[in-house]
Amino acid sequence: MTGSPGTRTVTAGSMTTKGAKAAYGLAGLAGLLALMEAVPRLGIVDERFLPPASEILGALAAELRTAALWTALGETLGGWALGLAIAFVAAVLAGVVIDLVPGLRAASHSTIEFLRPIPSVALIPLATLLFGASLGSTLLLVVYAAFWQVLIQVMYGVADVDTVADDTARSYGLSRWSRIRNVVWPTALPYIMTGLRLAASVAFILAITAELVVGSPGLGLEIQVAQSSGAVATMYGLVVLAGLIGIAVNLAVRVLERRVLAWHPSVRGEVAS
Amino acid sequence: MLEVTGLKKVYESTGREAVGDLSFQLDAGELACVVGPSGCGKTTLLRCVAGLLAPTAGTIRVAGVPVTGPPDNMAVVFQEYGRSLFPWMTVQQNVELPLKEKKLPKVRRAELVAESLAAVGLADVPRSYPWQLSGGMQQRVAIARALAYEPEVLLMDEPFAAVDAQTRGELEDLVLRIWQRLGTTTLFITHDIDEAIYLGQRVIVLSSSPTVVLEDVKVDLPPERDQLATRALPRFTELRGHVYAQIQRAKDTR
Amino acid sequence: MTVTERPGLGLRLLRLLGLPILLILAWWAFSVTSESFYVPTPPRVVQAFAETWFSPRLIDDALPSVARLLAGYALATVLGVGLGVPIGLSVRLRAAAEPVLEFFRAIPPPVLVPLIMLLAGIDNGMKILVIVSGCVWPILLNTVEGVRALDQVLSDTCRMYGVRGRSRLRHLVLRGASPQIMAGLRQALSVGIILMVISEMFASSSGLGFTIVLFQRGFAIPEMWSGILLLGLLGFGLSVIFRWMERRVLSWHWSHRA
Repeated sequence: MTGSPGTRTVTAGSMTTKGAKAAYGLAGLAGLLALMEAVPRLGIVDERFLPPASEILGALAAELRTAALWTALGETLGGWALGLAIAFVAAVLAGVVIDLVPGLRAASHSTIEFLRPIPSVALIPLATLLFGASLGSTLLLVVYAAFWQVLIQVMYGVADVDTVADDTARSYGLSRWSRIRNVVWPTALPYIMTGLRLAASVAFILAITAELVVGSPGLGLEIQVAQSSGAVATMYGLVVLAGLIGIAVNLAVRVLERRVLAWHPSVRGEVAS
Repeated sequence: MLEVTGLKKVYESTGREAVGDLSFQLDAGELACVVGPSGCGKTTLLRCVAGLLAPTAGTIRVAGVPVTGPPDNMAVVFQEYGRSLFPWMTVQQNVELPLKEKKLPKVRRAELVAESLAAVGLADVPRSYPWQLSGGMQQRVAIARALAYEPEVLLMDEPFAAVDAQTRGELEDLVLRIWQRLGTTTLFITHDIDEAIYLGQRVIVLSSSPTVVLEDVKVDLPPERDQLATRALPRFTELRGHVYAQIQRAKDTR
Repeated sequence: MTVTERPGLGLRLLRLLGLPILLILAWWAFSVTSESFYVPTPPRVVQAFAETWFSPRLIDDALPSVARLLAGYALATVLGVGLGVPIGLSVRLRAAAEPVLEFFRAIPPPVLVPLIMLLAGIDNGMKILVIVSGCVWPILLNTVEGVRALDQVLSDTCRMYGVRGRSRLRHLVLRGASPQIMAGLRQALSVGIILMVISEMFASSSGLGFTIVLFQRGFAIPEMWSGILLLGLLGFGLSVIFRWMERRVLSWHWSHRA
């Protein structure tokens, strides 16, 4: 970004080392915990509605020792992973078909642009009717939400194929299948990974939503049960856990993205840029 | 008008000494060029003079006043024209913004904008956006903005490094014409020896970093410059050879 | 798009409407042949749509929902940009705030619904608060990122020419960060719609989300579908409006980068 070596120093000051940055970050987190501890203790907010941080973390620790929580966690992540996988495969296939069939891209544009912004939560009543409080509901919502994220990126990706590369492949008489494998797929891969990253976080949100609202088994249901049974500290603890899993999901997909793209020789440039 | 005394800059983060004991001065109305080997701290020098970077030691005075932040009577034309113009403002708005900050009345602002755009030959595009213009035209807008500001000292940081050779010649003549008309004290930083000799009354040759002044060359060419005639003068070639040798020496002694 | 010459009107209409019409016909055929109770025919849904939503329900349920969404979204924008600018401008503040903000963003917004219900009850205020608490993070984090990445040459230019204070904020900081801010606003919009629906499904006696769940529980299937259709139209409409606004705000940006 910055042009010359001199440009950074004015603003950077003493914040140049990684250690200092981490120290500030830790201080920020400590500050949040202290605030969460002090606000209820000082009676600014009633402890019944916002327990002190120590109690929240204590409740979370207690929950983590129960088998039920781990089962719920497994169900949430299972639904998330399965839904994401279905959406991913379906979207990649759909994207390739749309690219291969002449005219389909132009013909499907209006339909995609209409269906894409439909909030997947609109399907909650349908999910409830069709599947009730089960994995099926989770899957319906997760797949619908994640599908569009991947599809749009796949379509950008296959449209981005360099015409010169494609012409070269044609002039050497590569078959259609071979062109897809050697030209289209490597070009589209970075886009597809971006789609996967976006879809992964949306899928996690929808998995939790289905559990929370429809009542499919999982972490969301546990939160809802904790709330309705008045286990306030437990509820907060589970919300914290949901945040931590959200971070883990993001990190995991980022690591995967970097690995897939770094391994692929033809897209190394993209990773670097 | 511009005095740089014992300027020294060490970057805290890396401990690198970019500029070591550097001194020179410019009289009012002078046009001096600064050349040096690449990576010699030219930009650091400019940022210190402009008040954008605090020096480690030494002082800079503009019209006798020590520089502690960007002075009011100074304007800068940066190398990166594409990044120093606001892409969301038209040419006219770009030139006018600093004048608004100076709290000039509207009529005066309109006058200054029109005059300075005319001076750089862009009277016909005030409502265009910078990105609709070519690189050379964008740099003209940046020059017009500096002129409209009516500075006593004008700093130019390799302003033509990123434009093509033909445009470059035109812009050099533009700078000369404007300087001859307004007599603004100008410090012109460049890495191009020909450009420095062609434009300057003086050429300040810098060493490689930590930078000091190697030599202050007086350019004893006739004041009327011309791209073909001036560059063909034997004296021009001599001066160029001299400065070139100095810079080569600076590189070798690194 | 790589369409070089503009196709004729007939072809454009076919492209625009061909597939949607085919899909509706397929739906129709399916709903007639299958005995499924859950799949009404398209005319039945349209009829239910007209009966259900061209009625006082539109004013009693749909409009308040949309109003809450817009209120929460607007509040989140003010809050997100208002906090994001100072955090983005200060290196230390940013280093301290970033892990905390990343954590809040990673919390799936729907879990905030029971939490905020507990803190703020189940009235209008709670629903708006839920929307704010979900929408604010993408806006805040994108603003921070946009302000951090302001062009150094441009801010040097501002310093040289004495552009500071409010004028700097208006002409440099907000405009320079606007592409990122708009990206945050786009993410926040879809989060906002989700939260609008969920907060009403969870605990409410009015609103779009509530009404649709009511139909579903009462097995009023065509009406339920009409509600899904309305939500779909709402999502589509808002995204069209958003894109129109974005194009106006960022026209310089697209041309600049092109």
